[in-house]
Amino acid sequence: MAGLGGRMSTVVKAKVSKLLDRAEDPAETLDYSYQKQVEQLQNVKKGIADVVTAKKRLQMQESSLQQSVVKLDTQARQAVAAGKEDLARTALERKNVAQTELQSLDTQVTELEEQQQKLTDSEQKLRAKIESFRTKKEVIKAQYSAAEAQVRISEAATGVGEQMADVGLAMQRAVDKTENMRARADAVSELEAAGTFDDITQLGSGEDDIDRQLKELSSQPAVDDELAKMKSEIGDGGAGAPQIASGEQAPAGGDEKA
Amino acid sequence: MIVRISGEGQFTLSDEDAAHLNDLEKDVKATVDSGRGQDFPAALGALLAYVRENGEPLPDDSLEGSQVILPPSDATFQEAGREFTGEGLIPD
Repeated sequence: MAGLGGRMSTVVKAKVSKLLDRAEDPAETLDYSYQKQVEQLQNVKKGIADVVTAKKRLQMQESSLQQSVVKLDTQARQAVAAGKEDLARTALERKNVAQTELQSLDTQVTELEEQQQKLTDSEQKLRAKIESFRTKKEVIKAQYSAAEAQVRISEAATGVGEQMADVGLAMQRAVDKTENMRARADAVSELEAAGTFDDITQLGSGEDDIDRQLKELSSQPAVDDELAKMKSEIGDGGAGAPQIASGEQAPAGGDEKA
Repeated sequence: MIVRISGEGQFTLSDEDAAHLNDLEKDVKATVDSGRGQDFPAALGALLAYVRENGEPLPDDSLEGSQVILPPSDATFQEAGREFTGEGLIPD
């Protein structure tokens, strides 16, 4: 078959024969192959652990962003109730950015979970094949002449080599994906470090550079809509509007018309 | 014939199924060769689905090599173009 499958098969076979060419004596080839296989299995385990670590990191960011969304929403409501529309708008813009990041993180976590599952399945198959190879290598050593052994070894090693090449490919794809995700996660960390999702009541007077950048990032119509909705729910902050609290507590219930 | 779906596993297919597989693979390769990226996912999906539905999974501890290795289900059109055709990893 000369299409995609044919090419990939050729690539894998080349890798396997390269692995086998290194030793000349059949017994040596067997032990060398087996040793390489066990090493590779360790690498696969490390690779899976890296994927899990990357996933955990994203999940931690998710939960911290979720808290920020709740906090900013509360503060926006308090600001509307107090008639401070600018502050409410700032809070909503930041909430909007945090929500967009949350959605993207969620997609990434799901992708990593799929990768992790695939790698774990692959690792299981590789382990089963290596174990099978170990048994077979003792049989070959005991029963066959050197010339015949060489053929049997190639046959047995092909199955393992192919699985290894396959795990290697899956691992490479997972690494590429986590690299992309790491860049994105770092960007979110920078926003957090810059205080983007912190308490908006701690903002200094006037618009700072972060605000200008966020305005570009956040989708303005969505912010306008949400602000209008909040205003209709809460009213324009008549007498007795609560002071903006810096914590997470909700505004006093009696002030909400909704 | 033994076919591997990269990232999934190996399947045994009958000779008749193998012949049909060839046609399906030609469809996939055609989308790559003619740059029809929008048709690639469906063509690859059809090829892999055919193998899964008609093939018998090989036991995990089998040491048999595959005659054909197919790209992973999440392979992108760009990857297919880069890795599997033309100036691929191994020159023709």
